[in-house]
Amino acid sequence: MLENYFPVLLFIIVGLAIGVIPLLLGWILAPNRPDDAKLSPYECGFEAFEDARMKFDVRYYLVAILFILFDLEIAFLFPWAIVLQEIGMFGFVSMMVFLSILVVGFIYEWKKGALEWE
Amino acid sequence: MEAQVLHFFQWFWDLFGLWNVVWSFVEPVWPLIWNLMKIVAIVAPLMIGVAYLTYAERKILAYMQVRVGPNRVGYYGLLQPIADGIKLLFKELIVPIRSNKLLFAFAPVMVLAPALAAWAVVPFADGMVLANINAGLLFILAMTSIGVYGVIIAGWSSNSKYAFLGAMRSAAQMVSYELPMGFALVCVLLAAQSMNLTDIVMGQQSNAGMLGWYFVPLFPMFIVYLISGVAETNRAPFDMAEGESEIVAGFHVEYSGMGFALFFLGEYANMILIAGLTSLFFLGGWLNPFHGWMLVGALTEWVPGIVWLLGKMFFVLFLFLWFRATFPRYRYDQLMRLGWKVLIPLTLVWVVVVAAWMQTPYWLWTPASVQG
Repeated sequence: MLENYFPVLLFIIVGLAIGVIPLLLGWILAPNRPDDAKLSPYECGFEAFEDARMKFDVRYYLVAILFILFDLEIAFLFPWAIVLQEIGMFGFVSMMVFLSILVVGFIYEWKKGALEWE
Repeated sequence: MEAQVLHFFQWFWDLFGLWNVVWSFVEPVWPLIWNLMKIVAIVAPLMIGVAYLTYAERKILAYMQVRVGPNRVGYYGLLQPIADGIKLLFKELIVPIRSNKLLFAFAPVMVLAPALAAWAVVPFADGMVLANINAGLLFILAMTSIGVYGVIIAGWSSNSKYAFLGAMRSAAQMVSYELPMGFALVCVLLAAQSMNLTDIVMGQQSNAGMLGWYFVPLFPMFIVYLISGVAETNRAPFDMAEGESEIVAGFHVEYSGMGFALFFLGEYANMILIAGLTSLFFLGGWLNPFHGWMLVGALTEWVPGIVWLLGKMFFVLFLFLWFRATFPRYRYDQLMRLGWKVLIPLTLVWVVVVAAWMQTPYWLWTPASVQG
């Protein structure tokens, strides 16, 4: 069972190597003549006038929280989906109850305007 | 297959009378070598495919705009991707002054590696798969989610305003479209009753040919998956993260040379991956579209399965390029509205519809493994 995952691990390592090797090659082969202007952050030709790690919109944070909630919901749906034909009507109704509770939450955040971007 | 390869090596080394010596060294690590050979057999064509997808994109885009596209380097410009690669290899790698060097260097690898590693569980025909694991679909979801980290790390570690903005946008976008994608896959799982990708394809086999594939009962989910796939790979019309005309190039504005090339490769590798997954989940993978269709079915039975799979992938990839040539870029608020207010409610409803449909006798897609 678990030995099936050995090629997967190997593939991940090969994938990392395919990313790292060209980077190293580029680092060896390419010229390297840094100067101040070249290394400064790009801001359409102007000098950078404040730190780039600035305040950002709280809506990104909201989206992240909603994503965590819904991803958890999907994590609950996966095992249910796979065995639905075995658990039949009872399993179906139970999941509908769970979904309807989440839908109430979804409607609440929609009405609250958490999904608005203007 | 393994026996034949071993046999060939035995024949080769026996020419020098060295087989017994060689084998005594090789035997303990043979599974490792054999798996590495299979991985190379997947990755090498994939990387060539990625390189020539960039060529195909420029060529097809050009023909759609009534011009010729690259046609100077090699016949019909066929050496263009190789010339581009060599050029980027010799370009200076610029590391901005106040960036976090290590993260900055690692971010492009973070984008490319998972897009490749996901192929470990993708079957190309019945039994033709590197790792036939039961949680295949879960593994693919896990791998495709890791790409988001690469984008965020790239944008944050550059310490540049445009890169940071691009990373925020892109992360929110990829995360938002992962949800409808996940719900669409729940519908596929409902129909297939398995997470194993080979089982999912075999569940679509019937005597109805292409009418038995999952895009028929799950048609809205097929469309949602395609749209989310375009958004997930940051392709036009959802390429806000890059938005050349507004935030210059988004999260990878500070990258040059090979770092930039890796992001590029990662994006195209992701496109090919999404095309492959769409074909497996909704378009019957390697199955013959005319199977069981009287004369046409009988006439096309000789075509190997992998040809059908590649054909379906070409079709989906062509759609990607076609979208880019046709649609103007979405605005960010429109993008988020489409994700949260259209696709998520639609997929939620369709999960319920499919599940309820399965409780009735009118459900036709019960896979053979469950019927018994």
